[in-house]
Amino acid sequence: MSDRSSAPGRLLTPYLQVAPLAFLMITMVGIPLLTVVLLSFWEFDGIAVYPAFTFDNYAEVLQSPVTLKLFLATLKYALITLVATVIIGFTCSYFLVFYVRDLRIQIALFLLCTIPFWTSNVIRMVSWIPFLGREGLFNSALIELGIIDHPLDILLYSDFAVVLTYIHLFTLFMIVPIFNSMAKINPNLIEAARDAGASPFQILRDIIIPLSKTGIALGSIFVVTLVMGDFFVVRVMSGGQSASVVSAMKNNIDQLYYPVASAMAVLLVIVVLLMVTAILRVVDIRSELAR
Amino acid sequence: MAQISNAKRGPAFYFLAAFFTLFVIFLYGPMLVIFLLSFQGSTGGLTFPMRGISTHWFNDLWTSSRYGDLGGAFRRSLVLGCLSMLITAIVCLFAGLAFRRRFWGSGPIFYLAIGSLVVPGILLGLGISQFFQLLGFKLNWWLSGLGAHLSWTMPFGLLIMFAVLNRFDASWEEAARDAGARSWQVLAYVTVPILFPGLIAVALFGFTLSYDEMPRSLLTVGGKNTLPIEISNMTTNVTTPALYAIGTLTSVVSFVVIALAFLAIAVIQKRRARARSGS
Repeated sequence: MSDRSSAPGRLLTPYLQVAPLAFLMITMVGIPLLTVVLLSFWEFDGIAVYPAFTFDNYAEVLQSPVTLKLFLATLKYALITLVATVIIGFTCSYFLVFYVRDLRIQIALFLLCTIPFWTSNVIRMVSWIPFLGREGLFNSALIELGIIDHPLDILLYSDFAVVLTYIHLFTLFMIVPIFNSMAKINPNLIEAARDAGASPFQILRDIIIPLSKTGIALGSIFVVTLVMGDFFVVRVMSGGQSASVVSAMKNNIDQLYYPVASAMAVLLVIVVLLMVTAILRVVDIRSELAR
Repeated sequence: MAQISNAKRGPAFYFLAAFFTLFVIFLYGPMLVIFLLSFQGSTGGLTFPMRGISTHWFNDLWTSSRYGDLGGAFRRSLVLGCLSMLITAIVCLFAGLAFRRRFWGSGPIFYLAIGSLVVPGILLGLGISQFFQLLGFKLNWWLSGLGAHLSWTMPFGLLIMFAVLNRFDASWEEAARDAGARSWQVLAYVTVPILFPGLIAVALFGFTLSYDEMPRSLLTVGGKNTLPIEISNMTTNVTTPALYAIGTLTSVVSFVVIALAFLAIAVIQKRRARARSGS
């Protein structure tokens, strides 16, 4: 933008324009996050919290044998969900971008995939109950078909139900960025490859996958952080049998163990940031987005 | 459009189309089933078979005292949704305009917004509630609750504004300024009208994300719950189709809002297309 910065007022303009956002981000994100960090160093005697500077909370969390288990369970959920959502998200986007010819139909089908994003996650989770229960649709169908004699108990209130719900809730976070990356691929590139005799598989492997990397990376960041930040799905869909870091943290909060919960939160955020950094190491999202 | 295979639709097309169809069924099927099951007869349970068709469970929501203050929670969620929608649209419009230029502090603000997306919601809720209490404020759904919702809606609004402004040609503003328009006139008669469809998208995110928000609200709304909190409490306490009935109702609200937003954008685009071909 060629602005007339000679006028003194014009220099101030962006600061005035961004001031409300800056205020909200500082008071509702920046300071609250600092508060959690601060809280993780405060003292807790079982009844109340006192300002202090102690590593006791971290020591408690790190020395507990449960902590490692929780982190491993959370990572397991995140990885299984990540693999499934990448496969589903990539396949759906690939179909939409390269196999649907009419642009209007393409956009309509894309929107069809994104609409559930604007509805309630709680309800979408609840909607698996009639399918997975002991007398649910899956069990009745399997018995009807003669595949099993007794209803399977592992469908609802199990890790299976948790991961299935995650995939159901979060796949669209993978479809949107991958679709975006693929839609930006220059059609001439594919044309040229085909003219040079490349098979559809070679085009997929040598052109489409490398050029969709940004989308896959962005989607992965979304899915990993969403799964690792969840406490509700894991609590309800496992019937309280499984736990993740945040669901354990939520239990601590419910018992008013704020400093211990904060220490766990800080550790979790460090792990999440490490994972995001690892993804960014593989794909330079910023330079790719600027393309 | 780039096509992998030539004009003929090969087996790959049919395989992928089947995969996509299955995904859409996976996405919508369970929801449709609970909409159906919410009309379960009064003796029916959480799963099939349907024992008659009735609106028993919808009536039950209003008449029974088992479900807490659903009406009040619904009202609060609507108010919060509308406030979040307005504030997100206005604040993100100006913030988006500001981010077109480099300015001191733009990096940290952007990273705070991204950080708010990445951090677990319950953690931010804990931080906001403790921060408010350290300041000596009481937790209220219309203050700390609203703030928590804005921490969730703002980053989405900002990212959409970036995408919208990417395709916005600033020379329109320049032309208006050269023609003697003052700053507010440029904004009101040029910038906002051109960006309006994008602003509707920001508003859609603002409303729906707030209306369905649960983890950030949990610790920040104080004594009065929002609807998603009431519903999530119901998932563990209620074992009747009333759970599906409230799900159907809240989904209808969401779908109406989505449809209104899509319709508004479609009408504007059509009018623009007509104006372009008419001139």
